[in-house]
Amino acid sequence: METQLVLDKWPGVISTVVIGAKKEESGSRSNIVTIGGQSSLPLLFKEGAIPNKPRVAFEVWDIVPQDWHNELLSAYGEEINDPLGWAQKCVNEFKAEILYVRMQGAHPDFGDRSPEDSAKFISTLLDKVKVPLIITGSGDNTKDNLVMPLVSEAAKNERCIIGSAVQDNYKTIVASVLADGHSIIAESPIDINIAKQLNILISDMGLPLERIVMDPTIGALGYGLEYAYSIMERARLAALSGDKTLASPFICFVGQEAWRAKEAKGSIEQGIMWETITASSFIQSGADLLVMRHPKAIEKVSNFIETLFRG
Amino acid sequence: MFIIGECINGMSLKIASAISQRDKKIIQKYALDQVSCGADTLDLNCGPASPKPLVDMAWLVETVQEVTEKPLCLDSSNPKVIEEGLKASQNKTIINSTTADPEKLDILVALAKQYKSKLIGIAINAKGIPQNIDQRVELAATIVAYCQQNKFPVEDLYLDPIVLPINVAQAQMKDILSAIFEFKSISQPSPKTIIGLSNISQGSSVRSLINRTFLTMAVANGLDSAILNSKDKALMDTLITAELILNKNIFCDSYLEAYRKK
Repeated sequence: METQLVLDKWPGVISTVVIGAKKEESGSRSNIVTIGGQSSLPLLFKEGAIPNKPRVAFEVWDIVPQDWHNELLSAYGEEINDPLGWAQKCVNEFKAEILYVRMQGAHPDFGDRSPEDSAKFISTLLDKVKVPLIITGSGDNTKDNLVMPLVSEAAKNERCIIGSAVQDNYKTIVASVLADGHSIIAESPIDINIAKQLNILISDMGLPLERIVMDPTIGALGYGLEYAYSIMERARLAALSGDKTLASPFICFVGQEAWRAKEAKGSIEQGIMWETITASSFIQSGADLLVMRHPKAIEKVSNFIETLFRG
Repeated sequence: MFIIGECINGMSLKIASAISQRDKKIIQKYALDQVSCGADTLDLNCGPASPKPLVDMAWLVETVQEVTEKPLCLDSSNPKVIEEGLKASQNKTIINSTTADPEKLDILVALAKQYKSKLIGIAINAKGIPQNIDQRVELAATIVAYCQQNKFPVEDLYLDPIVLPINVAQAQMKDILSAIFEFKSISQPSPKTIIGLSNISQGSSVRSLINRTFLTMAVANGLDSAILNSKDKALMDTLITAELILNKNIFCDSYLEAYRKK
């Protein structure tokens, strides 16, 4: 007798988020990227629609990163010394389809770049590269509240994803995102209750739930990966059961976590593997956007995604 | 929790007069108000005083489905009235209700199958209201067995243990709550469970508090559905909180608002 698969049917659906706007939508991107929209748990193709693959974004900074592994930096060659050149290399040589830009240079301890200069950097970057952008501040709340409104405005109508809103600092960034036509990253500290609360707080300000991407905060392999996995799984099960307040796609900052692991610092090969394994695990827990650092790890993960979705 | 709004009922003088005067606006306002307060389905009952219940039921169905696509719960003890409602319905329907009597089951299970309707079965028969848990489970099992034999899906069957007013049958309350729990194990897949909540406080002066306390206890016993007044905000808040405590929804500080965004 043939084995019958037990299939679940879900009433809920994850929201679809489009990143980037082309000319006809008053933007200037050459391509757009769509994430989310699934009505099934990750990779269970027979249970429901999975219209969009997970996507990988290359991580670039607006300054030369000071705490990155030397061999990780050297993967980008000379261009790492010029953030605009670095970004262009990601697109032209490594065929990045999305870039994640961290405005680290605005951080008081990393150069304290002015909001105006940060905005100018984004305007120039938008001229130089034509892929959709994900942009976050430096993580210093006070400074980010000054920088991100100008950065958001500089990218008005380009339909970026802008971050990060956190439970005790979200109003300024939500207002900017709302005004400039972007989507938002809602970041919670591996805590599903806060993730849900933050989504409600954001939507109460008038930004539709469909313009939120959740950053559940992850840990790398060996550093809490399973914990993040279980939070994502729980959120996804609730969302698919009909809880719209948790039905946002996930963004996972894989690179920053994987390269912090002491194992990744040991040798470059091990670092690449650490980033690859961390990313591929999160694909299986429902990640829609993976932000990664090493081109080789990105290549491996992209191939893995292609294999999974070949059907 | 699957919530059936109870307010369109000819027992209420306002509704009875709206029905007799064919005042669509009042009925439609009651329908939309209940939906906005969380009703998933609307109960329609033209009341015992209606001189022409067959025509009235069809009119109620047409009037309500002009403004909402929510399912309609056709509420009458007369199968002919229910059939008129089924004929007029474009929305999904629930038949409210059959007893455990064979002659009722014959007609209403056939109608439910013919119109692809869900069905409420109440644990009662011509001999009267059950007096203990065993009688309730026996009557419920009779209804389940009939549905199984006649190929009506048990998942679409809602079993009602009959909630009696507390000022009349205080000693039966524990049995009623236990019956809700027991009904779920009558068959696999399980039938659904339902109560007509407001009956519990019929004739009492502290109605809302009694209603919401009983509902909480019923939810803890596995209740799937209730016919209630969704416009009672304290009742709805209590229900949402009870389900939260049972881990049916994920907690957050704004869980009441989150539930209502669903």
